[in-house]
Amino acid sequence: MNKFSVIGQSVPRIDGWAKATGSAMYTDDLSLPGMLIGKLLRSPHAHARILSIDVSKALALPGVKAVITGNDPVTNKTTHWRMRPQLADMAALASDRVRFLGEEVAAVAAVDEDTAIEALSLIKVEYEPLPGVFTIEEAIAENAPRVHDEFDRNINPSVSLPVSYGDVEKGFAESFHVRTDKFSTPTVIHAYMEPHSALASYEPPGKLTLWASTATPYYLKGDVAQVMGLRESDVRVIKPYLGGNFGGRNVPFALDFCAGLLSMRSGKPVKITYDRKEEFNAAGRRHAARLELKTGVSKEGILLAKEISVYLDGGAYNGFGPTVTFLSGLYHTVVYRLPNYKFNGYRVYTNNPIAIGMRGFCGPQAHFAAETQMDMIAEDLGMDPVELRLKNVIKTGEIVPTVGVIKSCGLTEALNKVSSAVNWSGRPKEKGTGKGMAITCFGQMSGANFNFYNTPYAYSGAEIRAYPDGTLTLFSLAADVGQGSDTLLCQIAAEELGLKIGDVRFIGNDTAVDPVDLGAYSSRQTMFSGNAVLAAARDLKQQLFEAASPKLETSVIHELEARDGRIQVKGSAKRGMTFGEAVMCVLRAKGGKEVSGFGTYTPRGKGTATPAVGYGVAAAEVEVNKETGVTRVTRFTMAHDCGTNINPMAVEGQVYGSIQMGLGYALSEKLIIDKGRVMNANFLDYKMPSTLDMPEMVSFAIDTVDPEGPFGAKESGEGPINCVAPAITNAVYNAVGFRVMELPVRPDDILGLRKDKKG
Amino acid sequence: MKKTISLDVNGATYETAAEPQDTLLDVLRGNLRLTGTKKGCETGNCGACTVLFDGNAVDSCLILALEAEGHKIITIEGLADASKLHPLQQAFIKYGAIQCGYCTPGMLLSAKALLDRLPRANEEDIRKGLEGNLCRCTGYKQIVEAVEAVVRGEFK
Ligand code: FES
Ligand code: FES
Repeated sequence: MNKFSVIGQSVPRIDGWAKATGSAMYTDDLSLPGMLIGKLLRSPHAHARILSIDVSKALALPGVKAVITGNDPVTNKTTHWRMRPQLADMAALASDRVRFLGEEVAAVAAVDEDTAIEALSLIKVEYEPLPGVFTIEEAIAENAPRVHDEFDRNINPSVSLPVSYGDVEKGFAESFHVRTDKFSTPTVIHAYMEPHSALASYEPPGKLTLWASTATPYYLKGDVAQVMGLRESDVRVIKPYLGGNFGGRNVPFALDFCAGLLSMRSGKPVKITYDRKEEFNAAGRRHAARLELKTGVSKEGILLAKEISVYLDGGAYNGFGPTVTFLSGLYHTVVYRLPNYKFNGYRVYTNNPIAIGMRGFCGPQAHFAAETQMDMIAEDLGMDPVELRLKNVIKTGEIVPTVGVIKSCGLTEALNKVSSAVNWSGRPKEKGTGKGMAITCFGQMSGANFNFYNTPYAYSGAEIRAYPDGTLTLFSLAADVGQGSDTLLCQIAAEELGLKIGDVRFIGNDTAVDPVDLGAYSSRQTMFSGNAVLAAARDLKQQLFEAASPKLETSVIHELEARDGRIQVKGSAKRGMTFGEAVMCVLRAKGGKEVSGFGTYTPRGKGTATPAVGYGVAAAEVEVNKETGVTRVTRFTMAHDCGTNINPMAVEGQVYGSIQMGLGYALSEKLIIDKGRVMNANFLDYKMPSTLDMPEMVSFAIDTVDPEGPFGAKESGEGPINCVAPAITNAVYNAVGFRVMELPVRPDDILGLRKDKKG
Repeated sequence: MKKTISLDVNGATYETAAEPQDTLLDVLRGNLRLTGTKKGCETGNCGACTVLFDGNAVDSCLILALEAEGHKIITIEGLADASKLHPLQQAFIKYGAIQCGYCTPGMLLSAKALLDRLPRANEEDIRKGLEGNLCRCTGYKQIVEAVEAVVRGEFK
């Protein structure tokens, strides 16, 4: 039986009405009186020196109100890396050199879009093209052209330090079987449906309001202030409704700065919205990766040592890449018990657009390699791949050196659940029949403990105000990017205070109003923001209990409870008062001061990387047409341990969305980049799964309770994607009998591999 | 050169000035401030800009505003009655078919056109009917389930 009243319910999202009626406003839907339209001039070269920029003709065009270039005093580097300023490597606009095709060199604001576009064509930029590097192999070659002059072979050594524990050499020496395999994954793109947009309104003498499609309003506020030379809180960032994120809106882009600068220059509000081509050419993307895994096992199939080397194509600048690099190793340590581990990760600069975090933050790359190799090892040992996994998966209470104590882990249960759901033991074992099945595992952090921004604030803060009519307002800067965090946070507040979800109003998305929260990345909103909301609710509840207790003639407040809209003596609805009456008691006692609770969450001393790890297991069932090479996923099953499942319908939505994105990663998605130019910069040639590509999907929740999570909950937005691609490609292997070491697996690859095999 | 055109949108008549190259999408969002119709690609590949055009679901980014004269346009703002959400809207909310919501207006109008044509649409019909609407968030499952629930008559 559910011991909660709101937690665990499939509560419909609180913004459902707004979104279903078209009244939800996204950034590009906003407009202000006198608003100008901004456009960005982009480099046609992947690598070139800028010799001169002449904007005089553009400025002279009627209707043009402002033009800025990298030579204007806006050269402050843009970055989240306040803690490690040596990683800040990109300016709002390029000034002396462009490093990727599509890099922004100038921005204009004009009375309408057509005029702005015409003005761009009147800006004269003289370039001196430079040789570029476009693949990891080219970039790390001896004497390769340098993307940034200071870094030989295009590796910034301070991006990532080697990590190791135990003694891998000893582990390999003791192993019965050791194998080394190489894997390769492509560049893919977030492709959230809403293109980036920013609307800035500058009011002299020095206040800026910026409406932006960001998932991290707090960081953006600081970044924009720094570039514009304002004090941090002179900038107010408001996040309107957001049309998807998947990690693509965790770093600032040129439009965020240029909208502000152009507004400052022109004295008018300025809006810049990317078109889809700009998204494909110049927004962030997932790192392409080359991975080498050396793994040793005992005769019984116990993992003894793993050595990992990863090269990531970072593109021209750092973005969120250093974190991605570090994490590309961490995933290997949280799923299976590893006594000896060694990781070397390199993020390589190339003249491609910038790679940043994308759903899973390098989890999909790492899991593709790890989970493929697990199946290979099982085959080498003549062991059932599920049995091999069961022998090695982490269990609750184990200590992982890179993380700390794993306080909850449902992997064993999830493996058993999925195996029985798909009748794993009864599957046809013969390979090459055209049908195949495979099972894989994943782990994912529930929020990052790193303070790369050097923030003095708590990582998440929340305030709850209570009113005598029995309602609440919840203030939080957590970013609902579509995943439903607003709803979930209201559920947490309502549960703790014994109210209904309809009693809570959510006021978020505004840095001038809400307590600081670092925003939506690293799957942190449930764990971090949820804990802050829970703490705020407890603070408020304490005040209500203190005021109510004398009236209810209880001397000790722990005899009270907040339940069913009442503050009452535990288990006795008669000896109580309504929630609103209790609020009135506090209000009176405080002489009319707002009744309000505050809470924060910072995971100090709660592990090195993350306070908790979300887990899960997937099974893919595929059919491969041996004539056409087409793979069809017929059914996809996922069991997800996200701790206490706060909103099953929302969690299922995350699982299904992850399966969809992982399916694209496995079978069809890849940015084709030729000498820095994206050749498939549209939805026709970049193939994302449509309704017709989706398999039957089954989702199970594995019940665990993580002691660190709010009501026991942990992540669910990212982890499930991690193991989708290897589940599919391992199933393809079982269907066709030859193995794919590179994603995606398209029909031609299957036909080609078949030929290789024959030839 | 701007030309004055008259558009029939959600049962009302709008007079507005449009350039010959302006798309219906631009005029709906810009001139009429009906921003519920979304812009995802402007090349007819995502379906975010779907509106009903004489009852058919079309990509409004592929239609010139001038061509829309004399046709009945329904946008997401015209789907609900004044008093009550359309059954599809109710179902989308109840079944978790909405995440970021950016594809939702287009998805709803494609679903409406489908059910007007095929009131007893089965799962396969629904998948085919929504094929042109990309959603990056949901994996489509809860969207298809919501439409199925409407077919079953679960929402009035
Ligand atoms: S905006 Fe019209 S189909 Fe994408
Ligand atoms: S709900 Fe986000 S694109 Fe469909």
